Amino acid sequence: MASQTVPPLLDIRDLHLTMKSFDGEAHVLNGIDLTVNRGEIWGLVGETGCGKSLTGLSISRLVSTPPARYARGEIRFEGEDVLKLSESAMQRLRGRHIGMIFQDPTTNLNPSFRIGEQLVDVALAAGRHSPEILGLEARASSSARRMAARALAETMLDKVGIPNAAQRLDDYPHQFSGGMRQRVLIAMALIGRPALLVADEPTTALDVSVQAQVLRLLTGMVQEYAMGVLLITHNLGVVAETCSHVAVMYAGNIVERGPVASVLAAPAHPYTTALLAAIPTRGVKRGDLKGLAGTVPNLIQPPPGCRFAPRCALAGPDCRADVPPMIELGAGHGAACLRVASQTEAA
Amino acid sequence: MLHFILRRLVLIVPVLFGLTALVFAIARLLPGDPVALAAGPNATPAEIAAYGKEFGLDRPLIVQYGAYLSGLMKGDFGVSIYTRRPVIEDLRAYLPATLELVFAAMFLAIAIGIPAGLAAAAWRDKWPDYLSRVVALGSISMPRFFLGLLLQLLFAMWLGWLPLGGRFPITEDPPALVTGFLTLDALIARDFTAFSIACQHLVMPAIAMSLSPLATIMRMMRASTLEVMQQDYVLTERALGLSSRLIMLKYVSRNAISATLTVIGLYFGWLLGGTVLVETIFDWPGLGLYATKAVVTQDFMPVIGVTLVIGTLFVFANFAVDLLYGVINPKVRTE
Ligand SMILES: Nc1ncnc2c1ncn2[C@@H]1O[C@H](COP(=O)(O)OP(=O)(O)OP(=O)(O)O)[C@@H](O)[C@H]1O
Ligand SMILES: [Mg+2]
Repeated sequence: MASQTVPPLLDIRDLHLTMKSFDGEAHVLNGIDLTVNRGEIWGLVGETGCGKSLTGLSISRLVSTPPARYARGEIRFEGEDVLKLSESAMQRLRGRHIGMIFQDPTTNLNPSFRIGEQLVDVALAAGRHSPEILGLEARASSSARRMAARALAETMLDKVGIPNAAQRLDDYPHQFSGGMRQRVLIAMALIGRPALLVADEPTTALDVSVQAQVLRLLTGMVQEYAMGVLLITHNLGVVAETCSHVAVMYAGNIVERGPVASVLAAPAHPYTTALLAAIPTRGVKRGDLKGLAGTVPNLIQPPPGCRFAPRCALAGPDCRADVPPMIELGAGHGAACLRVASQTEAA
Repeated sequence: MLHFILRRLVLIVPVLFGLTALVFAIARLLPGDPVALAAGPNATPAEIAAYGKEFGLDRPLIVQYGAYLSGLMKGDFGVSIYTRRPVIEDLRAYLPATLELVFAAMFLAIAIGIPAGLAAAAWRDKWPDYLSRVVALGSISMPRFFLGLLLQLLFAMWLGWLPLGGRFPITEDPPALVTGFLTLDALIARDFTAFSIACQHLVMPAIAMSLSPLATIMRMMRASTLEVMQQDYVLTERALGLSSRLIMLKYVSRNAISATLTVIGLYFGWLLGGTVLVETIFDWPGLGLYATKAVVTQDFMPVIGVTLVIGTLFVFANFAVDLLYGVINPKVRTE
């Protein structure tokens, strides 16, 4: 037999997700393909409503079904399709193997519990099947686990840059500032040493002054633990600074992806070009694309073919016939656009 | 926290003062002539006037109110114009019985209603939810006296497991008086026979009383649990790998209970004032029966006394809820 290659950390293949709503079934994710390896930080960008959060949540299978329905495709985590796992197997992956950070630190911490208690419970949950997380043998007593979890909680809090970690464990969320709360949430997401981190706009709700700090902290920890990361963001500037790779989403499709340097320097898809044209201008509302007329298509009856075609200056009848395939441009850079195909053929 | 408690306590004083004035005015300004009623059908106007004078009722109302207030300070609630007994003595005899009944009913309502509401939300639209809906609908649509009669029919008449009514048979020795709650006093005296007898008498009226608060607490708990389950932090807790058991029983329930507490406080006062029917059916020697008799005969001092006691308890029940809310909600406590 040929030698087995290690499966990628995360491998999403042809993921289709529909959402039942009042008006009908919306085709919200329309064939997502995305591969994240350890050590890679993938930025996932796109306009509001294009399906970034649903993609992220799907990885930990946190989208409620119904109203959602996985129509097709798989989400392989270390080779195993999470969509086929039992709920208890999925729960073992969460926190311990897949970490999550969400946007608003004021609403994502339980207001009624000391942060130490919340951290300890997360550590205990991760340590349940992997006692080595707590530095313990499998047979350790529950009081030993609790003590180890508490010590780990303090270490993590210290690591994410919260001064006086030991004392602050006994504080409640409302006693922390927004930036500090997000640090606490980072500590919670990383206390189980997950291999994959999904961070959904982790800095959007923070003061501009602390955004950069939190982002630096996050990337530092990611490098230290050699994690793979999916960083969902609106901000291409953040992508340029922190990510190794980027995937651009439009209306439920990944329209372009590849190493940050090559995608940002030489965008191949007209949508990416438009996104890039919109960044430097301060004061432009997010999701407000300069020079791009029209709005995101209705996902209940999406246009046939390329979903971007109705807004695309280069679109022709061929674009409206079929969903364009991903065209490889080399070094992992690819774009799903027929115009790219004709250019590469011409070259 | 201390500041919080003091602030609430200070607010209670004007509320109670207002209550005395209101109750006194209403009881005394009602139409009808209670003195004539008490003096008997054959009394002459002169006899009636003399009878009123004996109780100081010939003085101006404001003077009577002042005398009543200064009496209150000394724990004197006035005298019944029928029995001539001091009202405070009657209150001492009847209040513990009613309180015991109300506490037992609230205990049942909370001990069943909170977990049932949590379960109904956790298994929304599954059988626990349907069961809770049926129970809630049943208990709200079934009058308390009817349930009381049903219980008596089943457990006292047919099965013979429980006594039909009363609080403690005169043929048995009651435990030494400490709290006035027979069940507690029996436990304190380690008299388990008396405890069992007291419980047997308490259980049916307590169930009959608990039904409507149980239904409300259960529905309230279900609604607040569902709301809490929508919160971002619950999704985060799931994403971090906590078991749904831990999330529901620990993290969701504490937040959901604090929203349910207010209802519990309100119901406590509502039950205190609503014991009459159950006390009548089960021959329970409590405030409800006492107050009804006094209202019918327009014997105003007992009416005022009972109203004041219930009002005070109601105010303190809400104060206790505020305190508990502070204990559960760290934001209130630490600020
Ligand atoms: N619970 C839901 N029920 C119905 N539709 C939903 C639900 N959640 C999301 N959607 C729809 O799915 C689409 C994708 O949503 P998603 O939250 O993934 O967008 P997003 O790219 O993260 O947007 P944003 O940048 O605003 O966070 C949107 O059109 C949204 O309206
Ligand atoms: Mg989103």
